[in-house]
Amino acid sequence: MNNRMRRMSALIRKEFTQIRRDPSSLLIAFVLPVILLFLYGFGVSLDAKEIKLGVAIQDSGKDANNLGAAFLASPYFLTRISHDEGLLEQELEAGHLRGLVVIPENFSRQVEKGAGAARVQVIADGSEANTANYVQNYSQGVVNTWWTMRQQDHGIWSQHGPQLLTRIWFNPELESRNSLLPGALAIIMAIIGTLLTALVVAREWERGTMEALMATPVAISELIISKLLPYFVLGMLAMLGSVAISVTLFDLPFRGSIPALLLSAGAFLLAALGQGLLISSAAKNQFIAAMIALITGFLPAFLLSGFIFEIASMPPLVRALTHIIPARYLVTNLQTLFLVGDVWPLLLPNVGILLLLAAVLFFLTARKTVKRLR
Amino acid sequence: MANESLVIEDLTYSYGKHLPLALSALSATIRPGIVTGLVGPDGAGKTTLMRLMTALLLPSSGSLTVFGLDTRSNASQLHEIIGYMPQKFGLYEDLSVMQNLRLYADLRNVTAADRQQVFARLLTFTGLEPFQKRLAGRLSGGMKQKLGLACALIRKPSLLLLDEPSVGVDPVSRRELWRMVQELVDEETAVIWSTAYLDEAELCQDVLLLEGGRLIFSGPPRNMTERVADRCFQVQGITGNRRQVLSRALQQPEVQDGIVQGQNVRIVLRADQNPPALSLLGAGPEARLVPVAPRFEDAYVDALGGGPGGVSALAAAMTALPGDHEITVEAKGLTKRFGDFTAARDVSFAIRRGEIFGLLGPNGAGKSTTFKMMCGLLRPSSGTGRVVGLDLQQAPGQARSRLGYMAQKFSLYGDLSARQNLVFFSGVYGLTGTRQKETVARMIDIFGLQPHLKDPAKDLPLGFKQRLALACSVMHEPAVLFLDEPTSGVDPLTRREFWTHINGLVELGVTVLVTTHFMDEAEYCDRIGLIYRGQMIASGPPDELKAQTRSPQIPDPTLEEAFISLLQQWDASHGEAAS
Repeated sequence: MNNRMRRMSALIRKEFTQIRRDPSSLLIAFVLPVILLFLYGFGVSLDAKEIKLGVAIQDSGKDANNLGAAFLASPYFLTRISHDEGLLEQELEAGHLRGLVVIPENFSRQVEKGAGAARVQVIADGSEANTANYVQNYSQGVVNTWWTMRQQDHGIWSQHGPQLLTRIWFNPELESRNSLLPGALAIIMAIIGTLLTALVVAREWERGTMEALMATPVAISELIISKLLPYFVLGMLAMLGSVAISVTLFDLPFRGSIPALLLSAGAFLLAALGQGLLISSAAKNQFIAAMIALITGFLPAFLLSGFIFEIASMPPLVRALTHIIPARYLVTNLQTLFLVGDVWPLLLPNVGILLLLAAVLFFLTARKTVKRLR
Repeated sequence: MANESLVIEDLTYSYGKHLPLALSALSATIRPGIVTGLVGPDGAGKTTLMRLMTALLLPSSGSLTVFGLDTRSNASQLHEIIGYMPQKFGLYEDLSVMQNLRLYADLRNVTAADRQQVFARLLTFTGLEPFQKRLAGRLSGGMKQKLGLACALIRKPSLLLLDEPSVGVDPVSRRELWRMVQELVDEETAVIWSTAYLDEAELCQDVLLLEGGRLIFSGPPRNMTERVADRCFQVQGITGNRRQVLSRALQQPEVQDGIVQGQNVRIVLRADQNPPALSLLGAGPEARLVPVAPRFEDAYVDALGGGPGGVSALAAAMTALPGDHEITVEAKGLTKRFGDFTAARDVSFAIRRGEIFGLLGPNGAGKSTTFKMMCGLLRPSSGTGRVVGLDLQQAPGQARSRLGYMAQKFSLYGDLSARQNLVFFSGVYGLTGTRQKETVARMIDIFGLQPHLKDPAKDLPLGFKQRLALACSVMHEPAVLFLDEPTSGVDPLTRREFWTHINGLVELGVTVLVTTHFMDEAEYCDRIGLIYRGQMIASGPPDELKAQTRSPQIPDPTLEEAFISLLQQWDASHGEAAS
């Protein structure tokens, strides 16, 4: 074993010992991912299911009751039916209901006259715009379906032209969890790669151990590599653990292959580690390092990776910015791997870009870090 | 080359364009085979010079050559031959003693063949053998430094750089470290030991004395000490008030410098002056002037043009406190437990009005814990603390309004300017309107803060930070003053200025409780309490403690020797408890 290898393996061994003894690294690497997964798996959902809706039936006709029953049967609504509109309005004001459908007094009679004559009022709680949209659209859907069924029962087939037959690919149940969890994985890896790495290097500066190391024959490249390797391994382990939890506990489909997953995650982790090391070469105390890592690593991975907010709907400037956010490429790759499969023409260019970003970050780190205190 | 390990030529270093030079036009040579002391107060440039020697900083101009290697161009070869122990404990606290040693052995390419031998030798040498498996973070201050030294010695360095190895280390460990380093020195090794303690400087064969980035002396310390030979005296047999004797002595034109040493007063005369008449000092009929051996510190203060005068402007601006010699500060059975660890056990003492009481003890002995309980900052597990008759637990607000507190660490607002700090703290202590304005103006005047008024407190030079902190703690004219290591790291001149103020305040009837690890500072105290392993193991006037430990081997112990021997006696009688 030559001197260079001996020094690096000693430093790497030291790093693993520290990780083992330092509860905060273990917390960030293994407990935080589990918490995040549970949060995204159980807590966060972009689907609107069981929206609390009140239906006020002021008509006693058969059609009015049928429509009310149709709302009751809808899986999207948790429906409360009442004849007292005033009561339901109070509930809406109190926030116990998200919307209110009023079937007016002479509804059944109007329906008899034809489709155009009958009116149903929908009141939605606009303070939550998203839910209000769902209330509106789903109510429309319920009324349409009810009308079509009614026509069929009367032996009248639709006169409205072609019917839509919708099929949703990749995520047929439209479970937002299925696209959120891969995004959460990207966040987890960004935290370990960028935040943890920036923190542990800043800690060496703070405690003065870096100064002592620098006065030994260790080369700066050896220092960098011996920081990279342990956290690369740690990041990959956390990633695999998180994937296992997602697939077993949250029934997330996994349609790609393990090598493709390792390749995408590995390329991303290199970029994230590069970012962490670059931060630590500039910030020599843990607080500042953590702040920079959160602002440049965690937040963009959260907001600009397309995992919650669609990139296509961002303003052009922000959209342009997302191109240098490594998490963006990982989110795409992970969503593809989980929901579609090994679509190499999509995966490979992303891996390429991630490797390029990593190379740039390492180049900058190597240039910025010299074996000197300032 | 044989006689020059390190050549410094016209070295200048600056941390930034707008900052004063950290080192300016420094030239020196350092020889192998001896310990060279790098001496100076905090901020003098010691650490900067150390870092330049290790090539962790590069000179702004000038050059450093270590065994023929220029630090600019040969840094990597240089790192092969130096051992460096930074000021901060540079080892991994969450690694065990042995793991740290192994890491440094690998980093320095000490391989299997002689590795075990090196470990065994270093562990025996440092006395760390029983602690191999202990995490470095759990070691005591002294043991940490020994481990740091061992790691720096893994591969025998040609140049060993030790940056303030004795800071935070109790006197016993300090001596051991010193002995170890002495043993290491041989023909080929050069050792540089940086320190703010002038008594350590005296032990070095060669000294570089730094002051504000400039080299003001280099050579054997005795060359410097000789300058004040025959000019150092002690006024012994004082029957009057020794603080007043000192004050009067310092006002005599012949006297360059003076300090209190237990019951005596030490004075240094200006060059070619005769001692002042004893009658002018009011030292009493039995007083006599005894010539004493010069110390490095005497020469140092002399070289800087003497200490400050003997009159405290601060005391002059304050009103005398009414009262007699009643007890103003009292600790009764103070005990503090953290979990199953007892940080302070049954500590009791009483301080009378106009008395200085010093708490002395190694780091981690329980000094600060006791101190914090007396300030009402920490709730005792049992026992009571009273200040001017007020129980700190029952009337903490009232008690605190009568006491001034200067914390060990800089505890002012770093982002506020010096003036804003003064205004803020005077407001906190309830001063308002004209009285507040006048007080702030007076403090600025007394402590010479004018040039730094607008600077953020965190950017002040250390001496000014300490002055500002003292100013903030006395603005409300407290009856009791608590000082936690008030002059740690400041230069001897500032320390003298501080003690002039403290002495002045005491004469007005202020009661002072002070913690310190400077033996010089302890000599100023009327009484000392020695805290060790959470208990007060001895107390009394400094001279009495010295007398207690007098022995045939040490007929005239210094306070430090007395201190060490008291600790050893206690350990011997209580068995070496697991530390």
